[in-house]
Amino acid sequence: MNFAYYPGCSLTTSAKDYDLSARAVMTALGVGLEEITDWNCCGASAAPSVDPFLGVALSARNLALAEANQRDVAVACPSCYTNLRRARAAATAATEVGMRARESLQEGGYRVSGESKVRHLVDIIVHEVGLGAVRSRVKRPLTGLMVAPYYGCQLSRPDGSFANPEIPREMDELLRALGAEPVWWNGRTKCCGASAMLTQESSALHLVDRLLTNASESGAQIIATACSLCHMNLDAYQGRVNGDLGTAHRMPVIYFTQLMGIALGLEPSRLGLGKAFVPAPVLDPYLEGVRA
Amino acid sequence: MTARIGVYICHCGTNISAKVDCEAVTRYAATLAGVVVSRAYKYMCSDPGQDMIKDDIKEHGLNRVVVASCSPRMHEVTFRRALAEAGLNPYLLEMANIREGVSWVTKDKLEATIKARALVRGAVERVALHAELEDSYVPASKDVLVVGGGIAGITAALKLAHSGIKVTLVERDPSIGGQMARFDKTFPTLDCSACILTPKMVEVAQHPNIELLTLAEVSKVDGFIGNFDVTIKVKPRSVDVDLCTGCGTCWEKCPKKVASEFDMNLGQRKAIYVPFPQAVPNKPVIDRANCTYYATGKCKACEILCPAKAIRFDQEEQVVTRRVGAIIMATGYELPDVGQEIPQYGYGRFDGVMTGLEFERLANASGPTEGKIVGRGGKEPKAVAVLHCVGSRDESRPQCSRICCMASLKTSHLVKERTGAEVYEFYIDMRSFGKGYEEFYNKVRDEGIRMIRGKVADIEEVGDRLVVKSEDTLRGVTVAIPVDMVVLSTALVPRKDAGEVAACFGITRGAEGFFTEEHPKLEPLKTATEGIFLAGACQGPKDIPDTVAQATGAATEVFVKLSTGMVKIPATIAAVDEPRCSGCQTCLTVCPYGALAYDAAAKVVRLTKAKCHGCGTCVASCPSGALHLLGFESHQILAQIEGVCAL
Repeated sequence: MNFAYYPGCSLTTSAKDYDLSARAVMTALGVGLEEITDWNCCGASAAPSVDPFLGVALSARNLALAEANQRDVAVACPSCYTNLRRARAAATAATEVGMRARESLQEGGYRVSGESKVRHLVDIIVHEVGLGAVRSRVKRPLTGLMVAPYYGCQLSRPDGSFANPEIPREMDELLRALGAEPVWWNGRTKCCGASAMLTQESSALHLVDRLLTNASESGAQIIATACSLCHMNLDAYQGRVNGDLGTAHRMPVIYFTQLMGIALGLEPSRLGLGKAFVPAPVLDPYLEGVRA
Repeated sequence: MTARIGVYICHCGTNISAKVDCEAVTRYAATLAGVVVSRAYKYMCSDPGQDMIKDDIKEHGLNRVVVASCSPRMHEVTFRRALAEAGLNPYLLEMANIREGVSWVTKDKLEATIKARALVRGAVERVALHAELEDSYVPASKDVLVVGGGIAGITAALKLAHSGIKVTLVERDPSIGGQMARFDKTFPTLDCSACILTPKMVEVAQHPNIELLTLAEVSKVDGFIGNFDVTIKVKPRSVDVDLCTGCGTCWEKCPKKVASEFDMNLGQRKAIYVPFPQAVPNKPVIDRANCTYYATGKCKACEILCPAKAIRFDQEEQVVTRRVGAIIMATGYELPDVGQEIPQYGYGRFDGVMTGLEFERLANASGPTEGKIVGRGGKEPKAVAVLHCVGSRDESRPQCSRICCMASLKTSHLVKERTGAEVYEFYIDMRSFGKGYEEFYNKVRDEGIRMIRGKVADIEEVGDRLVVKSEDTLRGVTVAIPVDMVVLSTALVPRKDAGEVAACFGITRGAEGFFTEEHPKLEPLKTATEGIFLAGACQGPKDIPDTVAQATGAATEVFVKLSTGMVKIPATIAAVDEPRCSGCQTCLTVCPYGALAYDAAAKVVRLTKAKCHGCGTCVASCPSGALHLLGFESHQILAQIEGVCAL
């Protein structure tokens, strides 16, 4: 099983640990990720809000590159995932924006037909690899670990490969397959503030506080995320939340791929562990004997 | 006979003339072979328009007429009648549809005019080949089948029965009454629902002109208006209703308890039961899927203790047939699966979240709580949220439920009256359109109900309460209100098996799944199938006043249709050219109506005229060209195509 891998900008910078662990885990599961050569930024949230055409064309170019290799695209970042999916629909539609996007791609020698599907890693692992196959590969089950599965707002919405876009359970089931205990919490698809952290910081800090409070009240020892921006807000801004709002959160945040890597018994150095701001001593028992 | 054709181009106000140059088409028509008169007029369907045709027929000796106007579905009957009134066979008419087919769907004026000319030429070439045809009449049964025993079916059955017509009322459940029997109060008058419904239910049971079949479903419908042959499967009640006195010993003594469907699974009933105290017929039924005897062969408590010896474990399903002249569909509605559709409201996950129909059972004195309103944890709520438009008016189901504004107000009123709780209504728009509805809204609002304009985004379980989150669009803020109970005023949706029912009766459904009326404004009670009519929410969401009005209307339609005891068979049906028939019987396999039969002695196929719908399938299948469709002969259609393509 091979995919054209689209890491996206944040996975090459602030979320290197996501990228490392994703590649390691997918390899261990027998899924080939071939990074798209010469990929460009998906446009993030900036491009589509400034110019709808640009939002479509930027991501459509990445799709065209994947199509040229006849591969479906595997994505880790939910924002990239949303942009690529939106571009796939828009660039093949009979609308003005779609026509402009196709024309401009053509000028650069690219062609997009929508043949390549856009798949998120959670979707690929749950629906292609299968939870049974994951379970059979678990070497160090995460028994007793209480994890808050955090989908964020974009991963399952508006609708795609998740059975229930409003109350997704796929990551819960994945965590259970690793031996961990997913907690039921209200924050699972609530917004972390996303890029508002840069423009409306106090509002975003309140959102983060609400999520951290809800997770710990629900009995979680750690939050598992599938989004680099969520990770940034929940982890890197946790100190700011404590400082500004007078709270005392110490909630570790981890990429779901990192938890998978631990459970599959992969070398910790390949998982980018220890890069987060909030330490995660709760993971120590599961790393005993393997940590260098 | 040389064709003397009159061509009439209708402006339809500006509906056609805004796009089609009607004068140009008129001048063009005058140049066509056989055309004697060619005229345009503002409204051909009006009396002066029709008079113009009639006068020309007399004055110019016309023997063929072409009207280029709207779809023949609109006015073919009108113009055929005009021809008949002028002494011409009505089938010597041909219509060219230049409104729905041209002016409404063409942007460019020149293109529209060219297309209209082509259609007119096709019609002229075709009409020259028309032959005189005669309608025929067959005797019609005056009996009527009503399907569904809710307030719609009950109303229709009673109106017909009162006028002397024999009615067979078929109900799937053990009792008639439908959804209305579940309600506690009805808006806007707050009458007790049972108090106004049960007298009608009893009247149905006692009326000599009504045959009531409960636990029954129609499985097959053959025939046509005036002569429908209906097959009905009647499931066994396992009780001899003639012997049973309804004393209640059996269900008191029955040891098996299961969830009560009538109480929306909130309460319990026994395995032998009457669904509710005022059920009609007020005789118990054994739920064989849950009865201990059918599972283990033991128990028989009801049989042993029945003083009337009325229990019949070996009763079998019966199949009965009825011949009726007309059918009224009154199969009602159901609620969507809101837990699946809108999971963020927590229906099925959170204690205290319920549908409006479940609330009705809670509020009802004969319901599972004897009318005590309870929220989370079985306690009386201190605060209640009532949500409008749940599953309605959104992208997946755009239509308005029509009842949920008033139903929500009624819910709020009952909660306030009986518990004094703080009540929050979340609405999108307050649609109080009916008689007394706006007054009802004002009354309930003045009772201190808090009205919040906004669609609820999410409901969370926080501690032992539910927090309802919404935008308040009038204040421009978001709100998060803790409550102990949430009532979802849901959409009304078609019955799950509405598709199969439609196929069984040969009627059509709209995009939203409800049965479709023949015309949304002018024929709201008829289906496209002659002799089958609609009443109540099976045609679309409806409140009780509208349902009763429609059911009464449907009964009247039936009465009018069957009053002469004869029904018309249109002339445009198939015909067998017997000398050419080889007796291969291919047509028998394709006819959807069973209208063809093989005459083994004559070795040819024969047609039962009254059963033929004129669909033409047999004509297409006939390898020897022995079958014709009168009025749609090959040479007529080919001439029309050549005419259209000649331009």
